[in-house]
This record gives sequence, C-alpha cells and structure tokens, in this order.
Amino acid sequence: MDGAELAGQILYTWLTLVLGLILLPSAFGVSLGISEIYMKILVKTLEWATLRIETGVAKQSVLKNSASVGIIQRDESPMEKGLSGLRGRDFELSDVFYFSKKGLEAIVEDEVTQRFSSEELVSWNLLTRTNVNFQYVSPRLTMVWVLGVIVRYCVLLPLRLKNFLSEVVHLTCCRICVRALSGTIHYHNRQYRPQKGGICVANHTSPIDVLILTTDGCYTMVGQVHGGLMGIIQRSMVKACPHIWFERSEMKDRHLVIRRLKEHIALKEELPILIFPEGTCINNTSVMMFKKGSFEIGGTIHPVAIKYNPRFGDAFWNSSKYNIVSYLLRVMTSWAIVCDVWYMPPMTREEGEDAVQFANRVKSAIAVQGGLTELPWDGGLKRAKVKDTFKEEQQKNYSKMIVGNGSLKSELD
Amino acid sequence: MGSRSSHAARIPDVDSLRQETGFSQASLRRLYDRFNALDRTGKGYLSRMDLQQIGALAVNPLGDRIIDSFFPDGSLRLDFPGFVRVLAHFRPVDEEDDGNRDPKEPEPLNSRMNKLRFAFQLYDLDRDGKISRHEMLQALRLMVGVQVTEEQLESIADRTVQEADEDGDGAVSFLEFAKSLEKMNIEQKMSIRILK
Repeated sequence: MDGAELAGQILYTWLTLVLGLILLPSAFGVSLGISEIYMKILVKTLEWATLRIETGVAKQSVLKNSASVGIIQRDESPMEKGLSGLRGRDFELSDVFYFSKKGLEAIVEDEVTQRFSSEELVSWNLLTRTNVNFQYVSPRLTMVWVLGVIVRYCVLLPLRLKNFLSEVVHLTCCRICVRALSGTIHYHNRQYRPQKGGICVANHTSPIDVLILTTDGCYTMVGQVHGGLMGIIQRSMVKACPHIWFERSEMKDRHLVIRRLKEHIALKEELPILIFPEGTCINNTSVMMFKKGSFEIGGTIHPVAIKYNPRFGDAFWNSSKYNIVSYLLRVMTSWAIVCDVWYMPPMTREEGEDAVQFANRVKSAIAVQGGLTELPWDGGLKRAKVKDTFKEEQQKNYSKMIVGNGSLKSELD
Repeated sequence: MGSRSSHAARIPDVDSLRQETGFSQASLRRLYDRFNALDRTGKGYLSRMDLQQIGALAVNPLGDRIIDSFFPDGSLRLDFPGFVRVLAHFRPVDEEDDGNRDPKEPEPLNSRMNKLRFAFQLYDLDRDGKISRHEMLQALRLMVGVQVTEEQLESIADRTVQEADEDGDGAVSFLEFAKSLEKMNIEQKMSIRILK
C-alpha cells in the first residue's frame, strides 16, 4: 500500500500548496504574477503548435482560409447584377436561376445558423472540441496534446471545481472565480463605467459575461428565472444585491416588465441595470438585432462591448445543445478565458428617433468597438421563423426590375 | 457543429455518395456537418420545417419551391444522401469531368442538362414535362408578390411562353426550355463552389 499512500501524500501536499498560492492571494486581491506567467507559457506553446501544424501540412490551404470567409464562394453582387441576362431587362426564364442559386447557397451556409455554432479557429488551440479540420500531424504534437489533456483535467479542473463551490458561498469574492478560470480581462475606458440610475447594455455570449461585468462593479440584473443549478445561483445572488427576476409568463407582458424597470431607474440611488438586448447567446463573432424593449424605458444607456479571445477557450453557450452543467465543465477545462471589455460613452435617445433606430445606433456602436460584424437578423431566429416582411422586400426589388422595363417596352410596341 | 470533430467514417455510404455526386471527401464532410447543424433536434433526417427556419431561404421568393425539390413525391423526410443529391446539381463543372467520363455511365448530376432539369422542375409543378401558361403565371406571382397587377403579369407570361414555344402547343416543354437558354452560361450561374 506504500505506493497508494505516497501518491496520496503527494496529492495532498500539492493541493494545499496550489490552493494556498491561488486562494489566499485572491482573497486579498493580491496578484502573485502566476497568471501572467501561465499566460505567457500558454501563448508560446500554442504558437509552437501552430507552427508545427503549418510545416506538417505545408501545401494545404486549410490554414490560410480565415474562418469568417465561410465554406462557399459567394457572389455578393446585388439582385440587379445577378439577374442581367441576354436581352434588355424583362422577365426571363433564366431569372429562376438567380433565386434558386441564392436559395441553395442559403441551405449550404447562412449567416444566422453559423452564428449559433462555435467559431471555427484558423489555428488549433489544442482542444479537441475546436478541432474540425486538423488531423494527426506528428508524434510530438500529439504528445504535447496529451500533456495538455493531463494538465487540464488533473490540474486545472480540480482547482476550479473547488473554487467554483466556494464562489457559490462567497458570492462577493468574484475575483476568486475570475482567477480560477485563469481569466484575464482587460478593461478599457473605465471612465465610462455605468453610473447609478443608468442602464447598461452589452452583447451576449455566455453567462460568464455577467461574471466579467460584475467583477468591475455591481449591477442589478434583469432576466428570467431558471430552474436547476442556474436557479440556485440566481437565488443566492439576490441575497447579495437586489435583482429583478421574472417568471417566463411575466416576460410576455412587456408593459409590466417596462414598468418595473422604469420604477427601478427612477430611484437614482439604485445600481445600474444590466440588460442583454439580443435576448440570447450569440457566438461572439457578430452582434444581432437588439430588441427594442430595453430602449423604450428611457434614461441613459451605457453600452459595453465584450469580445472573447477564441484562442484560449470558447465561451459561447449554445443553450439548445448544452445544459449549464456541461457548459461549465467545458469552460473550466479550457485553457483560460481572455476577453476585452470596452466601456463606451453614454448615449441617450435623440429627438425624433424611435426605439428601433436608437437600438440600431447602439448596436452599431458596440459592433464597431468590439470588432464584431453587425447582423440585422433577430437572435430569436435560433428558435423561431422569420417574418414575411423581409420576403416582401425581395419581391418588391424584383418587380421593380421587370415591370419597370416591361411597361416601357409595351409602350413602344 | 461545435464541439465534435467529424470524420468521414461517420458518414453513411460515403464512397457510393462520392461516386454518385462527385463531391470530394472534404466537401462531403462539410455538407454532413451542415446537415447535422440544420437538424437541430438530432432526428437524423431533415423535415420541411428545418429548412424553412433558414432565414435567408424563407425570404427567397422561390424558397418554398426550392424546399419542395428536396422532398420529391410527397416524402416527409430528407436523409443525407437525398440532401447531397440535390446539392450535387449545383456542383461546379470541372473540365476533367467531360474528358474522362465513361459514356456508358449515367450523366453526372451537375451536367448542364441536369442543372436545366432542376430549374425546369421549379416551374413545372405537376411534373407533366411542360410549363403551361398557368404554371408560368404561378411562378411569376411567387417572384413578384403583390407588387404587380394581374394584367401585367399575364402579358409577361404570355410573351415568355410565346417566345420559347416552338411547336405551338401553348406550353414550354423541357427541350424548348433548354433551347431558349442555350446561349446562357448555366455552368456559371447555377454553380456553388465549396471552399476547402
């Protein structure tokens, strides 16, 4: 039994050592600089791995393709150019080609559905889950990967489990969690941090967004009541700061929701409200339509842009695929969570601007700041169908083309 | 998509599909990932609803017709081979294909004729091999919505059928359709290139 005892001893001393090095400094807000060193080593290793892959797969153009280009070659010319045929510009039998081609392109790849799956990386970050294109390259790379697996599952995971449990109990020590996730957060423009009585608006990628924002200030959160583990977290959060939680049925009654929010901000001493107007988690490459409800309340809006660095870990939560526990497991076994948070100058609704235009203005500002693409689509498309008004737009365009010229022609006849 | 890496080994009948459609291994893998991504509830096949949920397709005036072409003969389930077979019509034409082709083998799915057949069946709803004036009207109505009056639409339909109709039966058969488009660069207009 000596072997087992010895192993037990080692494990025990190592745990206490590491715990001491991480928990204590976090409790006192002191940094030992270990995270920074860890980050540097991580970056070096990933760069080396990428180099190995590149030399091993020299001729393939896999790595040269940027993930955002997509999988098919697109001809983005507008309808007019796509439809130009042999003769003038009347209806032609061949017009059907244009629409059918566009339709099939959409079936193979569309902007929206791909926002709801994790971003494909150009260089592999040594996590199997992001490995779609990369095959076995060399023994050394595999060894590094194996080492990485060992490190992640045996070192990082137990640490984080322990730390995660303590978070539930000591909610106000948010720094422990951030440290536990090896989170490196860069805050920019702190002078624009949301003030009391304002509304903070941000793009949404995962529940960790909340964690990241609350480490830098306290907010009142608005959202729906969840069951299960999320529900427990929500209830314990209420004890720390006052939050506004809704039942699903209540959320449908928008007026009720808006009234409660208005009451909240009218009391100027209250903490700023945190809202994610997209309404659902997006995979952090784009910003989708902002629901206008949040912008109808009035008051000052403080936009915040959050952008994760995908090289270190994928923070996107696909709630229709993973439940919260498996999601957290994935996050805790990633290398690290690195993100940038930009606070932006406050915006208010201008004269003659309605809620939708205001929402779009804020959305553009956030997209520009975070380097994300802007999409007019509704995040709700993750779950529901699209409205008919959009189809009518296309039909209008097409009609203008063929009838405009057709009527001219008949006059000349 | 997302957390699973997919291997060609998991695609059913990958070799016969490669033969039939001419897609490369990598393209098939991409399409398989896409098929699974569209199949949100993980049934293993696609239903009409799965395709209708694609935003860019729902706003396409011919969206419903395109979806119909995936579900021939009233079937309700679209499996992966069926999915890929329709998409194969839009595979770009490689120059090598014509040279090496064995004339005894069936025409490849992405030949000019087959591309034209695909377009033809978007018009020819009752599958009788002819596009009647009525079917032409219906297709036009789909593409323009409510923006154009009935008279204007009828005159456009009449003119189009007249121009293409050679044997004077008041309808456009497939051969007449193909003839009226013989100068058109079908290979380029009806091709979608999948990047590796």
